[in-house]
Amino acid sequence: MLKKKPRSAGEIVVAARDAKKITGQELLAELFPDFMELHGDRANDDDPSIVGGLAHFDGQAVTVLIIDKGTSAKERIAKHFGSPTPAAYRKSLRLIKQAEKFHRPVLAFVNTAGAYPAASAEEQGQGEAIARNLFEIADVKVPFLTVIYGEGGSGGALALACGDQVWMSENSMYSVLSPEGFASILWKDANKADEAAEVMQLTPEALLKAGVIEGIIPEPGAKKRFCRNINQVLHRELSKLQALSTAELLKTRHARYRKF
Amino acid sequence: MQLFDELKTLGQKHIKADKKAQESVPSGVWLACPKCQQSVYHKDLGRYSTCPNCGYGFRISSRDRLEWLVDDFTEFDADLQTKDPLDFPDYDKKLQKAARATDLNDSVLTGKARIGEQEFYLGIMDPKFIMGSLGTVTGEKIARLFEYATQASKAVVLFTASGGARMQEGIFSLMQMAKVSQVVKEHSEAGLFYLTVLTDPTTGGVTASFAMQGDIILAEPHALIGFAGKRVIEQTMHQKVPENLQDAENILDHGFIDAIVARKQEKDTIEWLVEMNQEKGGEKLS
Repeated sequence: MLKKKPRSAGEIVVAARDAKKITGQELLAELFPDFMELHGDRANDDDPSIVGGLAHFDGQAVTVLIIDKGTSAKERIAKHFGSPTPAAYRKSLRLIKQAEKFHRPVLAFVNTAGAYPAASAEEQGQGEAIARNLFEIADVKVPFLTVIYGEGGSGGALALACGDQVWMSENSMYSVLSPEGFASILWKDANKADEAAEVMQLTPEALLKAGVIEGIIPEPGAKKRFCRNINQVLHRELSKLQALSTAELLKTRHARYRKF
Repeated sequence: MQLFDELKTLGQKHIKADKKAQESVPSGVWLACPKCQQSVYHKDLGRYSTCPNCGYGFRISSRDRLEWLVDDFTEFDADLQTKDPLDFPDYDKKLQKAARATDLNDSVLTGKARIGEQEFYLGIMDPKFIMGSLGTVTGEKIARLFEYATQASKAVVLFTASGGARMQEGIFSLMQMAKVSQVVKEHSEAGLFYLTVLTDPTTGGVTASFAMQGDIILAEPHALIGFAGKRVIEQTMHQKVPENLQDAENILDHGFIDAIVARKQEKDTIEWLVEMNQEKGGEKLS
């Protein structure tokens, strides 16, 4: 599928963060034309960095969750540049439990540098919010598919990437920490980010080899074609997962993480 | 200008004097409490390594904690070794050093424990093993602990202490969060009790997974509890972080932990909670 010349990890990091990259809103418009957004965490907040709602996919109802960085300056600020607050994770969990109640699959799309690292987020329980997602998604009784389409930053990404399958687009990364942070912690030098990117195995190819993801989705420049590729993968994998009994689904999911 | 030059030398002299003063006092005799800044004579910390002034529990190794915590203990999985999945330079040396310092194979001690009549499965993370970071072996030992407990229909008590992910194991460290969450959920669905005790520091991926998944969550006085590190918040958000933001007391005020418990009360509290949180609980220790 991928016959281009191998790119360095540093190049993939740049491509994953490209401002011209497809946005959450574009993905929604292309893949889920009748999407209806559902707001709020039912505690006291609604954070737009995760957009969640209902749509048709393949002639069936699905719950869609998208971490979105936004396009305009105003939107980007409102979405904290795609860094979800605890309220966002509580909203996503509410919608996941709702999907389980109505037996519809969850499709999640991730592009985040990480969970929002603000004092306010700490006081609102960022750790607890992510922990709750991991705990509940562990045995949610519907298929749960994730596509990382840009940055997959640490626990903030994992909170929506702990279901049955995780796919990555060609120009995306997934790591425990940003390469800059990694370099500054281990070598006290944030400028060694390129070197860190190599060591960290954050590229789709390395992660596929390590069994962290199920596959790589080709990402051509044309956004419509990219969406068609995503559509194909989701269509194929969703029908595979839906052929499983609930017990088999949960057993496979358990084994997927237990192996690490 | 001469005046300023003199001031400069004066300043330097003071710094030098301070350094020498520190060298002349044998290390470890007088300690500064990192929370209340009071000087504490090392013997005043007592058996529980606790600041007599503010109650803060100093960072202690897993085996030191075990000394006063339980009546009986059988260790599990002391022979597991990491496969060093990133083939990280000099990681093996770092591990060997940490193992020597803590007498552990990785950053958590696990086993079957007993307090009074209560038997349970106990994990104690060690802040002195690469800052309790979450390596693949740490995750595996904790995952197995939950599996053993589920099989035996017993409670799990876990003391957390962690700087977060183990950088040297990259994405495989992150995967431990999902792995352990799987087995915690399984244990929970079996109707079994999970108690976490958050000790200083409990941060990052450990907070964002099993530390916050307990049925009951306790913390030690003034333990640092958070997700993002203080420096990360300050550098990313360009905002000054209040001194007590991630203090156990502030976390309690915001509703994320059940209670703060001093070390000398931990043994009795654990015995009581394990007895209460089981089928027909509350009959024995009424």
